[in-house]
Amino acid sequence: MDRIPILKLGRALLVSIQVDIHDRLAKALEEDLSERIVATGARGVMIDISGLEIVDSFMGRMLDNIAAVSRLLDADTVVVGMRPAVAITLVELGLSLTGVKTALNVERGMTLIGSGQYEEIEGDDAPGGGDERDEG
Amino acid sequence: MPIRESDDVVRVRQAVRVQAVAAGLGLVDQTKIVTAASELARNTLDYGLGGTVRIETFTGNPRRGVRLTFEDNGPGIPDLERALTDGYTTGGGLGLGLSGARRLCNEFEIESVVGQGTRITIARWK
Ligand SMILES: Nc1ncnc2c1ncn2[C@@H]1O[C@H](COP(=O)(O)OP(=O)(O)O)[C@@H](O)[C@H]1O
Ligand SMILES: [Mg+2]
Repeated sequence: MDRIPILKLGRALLVSIQVDIHDRLAKALEEDLSERIVATGARGVMIDISGLEIVDSFMGRMLDNIAAVSRLLDADTVVVGMRPAVAITLVELGLSLTGVKTALNVERGMTLIGSGQYEEIEGDDAPGGGDERDEG
Repeated sequence: MPIRESDDVVRVRQAVRVQAVAAGLGLVDQTKIVTAASELARNTLDYGLGGTVRIETFTGNPRRGVRLTFEDNGPGIPDLERALTDGYTTGGGLGLGLSGARRLCNEFEIESVVGQGTRITIARWK
């Protein structure tokens, strides 16, 4: 895998990290996401990390960066599905991810970023997509 | 096992997980030692210019756990106390790898000689 897929869900972008990824892939995701926020005019970014068995300082910094960049681009970021053992470990590592919003699951995450439009999972051509455009 | 590229860091995480499970560590302890291993493997790669890790389990009385030894022949660390301070980085990181790994483990030993390299041993047990 050389790219992590980014889905468009209504006015939000959804990324699901399902396997352990190496640093270059994480870096690529950071760049891809900022481009897609601009290209789609997305108002929210949801990152599902329920598949991640650990989050270390590199990945933590990536999540923080994504949140900071999307804030500048007028989009909210929410990280969902963090495992309890991961949360405990992150705090002891010294990383509290204060700049990142979190939610327990995708549904709550969608509420948090104000985009509950699951029916638009088809993405670009779905009716009601408003003025959004997606080059991806 | 070798640590030469960023895929190797992923492999180290996976191998440490397997051994932590085999040693009978609980989920939180597994997560802590794997996270510490990830930090140290990345340092070995990024700062130590590559190196190795040895993974051992111990199941003796009274403790069961995993011990990891990271070794590289890189530039070494001139000021260990500073390198172990939260937030200290020479590479634009968060500076939490060494200090965080120390907090996540029951045992943490570091030896470093400038111009020769660095050896770090950590262990987590139940
Ligand atoms: N194996 C190593 N060889 C040489 N220097 C190292 C090594 N590991 C860590 N360091 C030094 O210690 C500093 C702190 O490391 P760390 O706490 O992991 O933070 P970061 O990786 O974010 O810089 C590094 O920036 C580097 O200068
Ligand atoms: Mg580090």
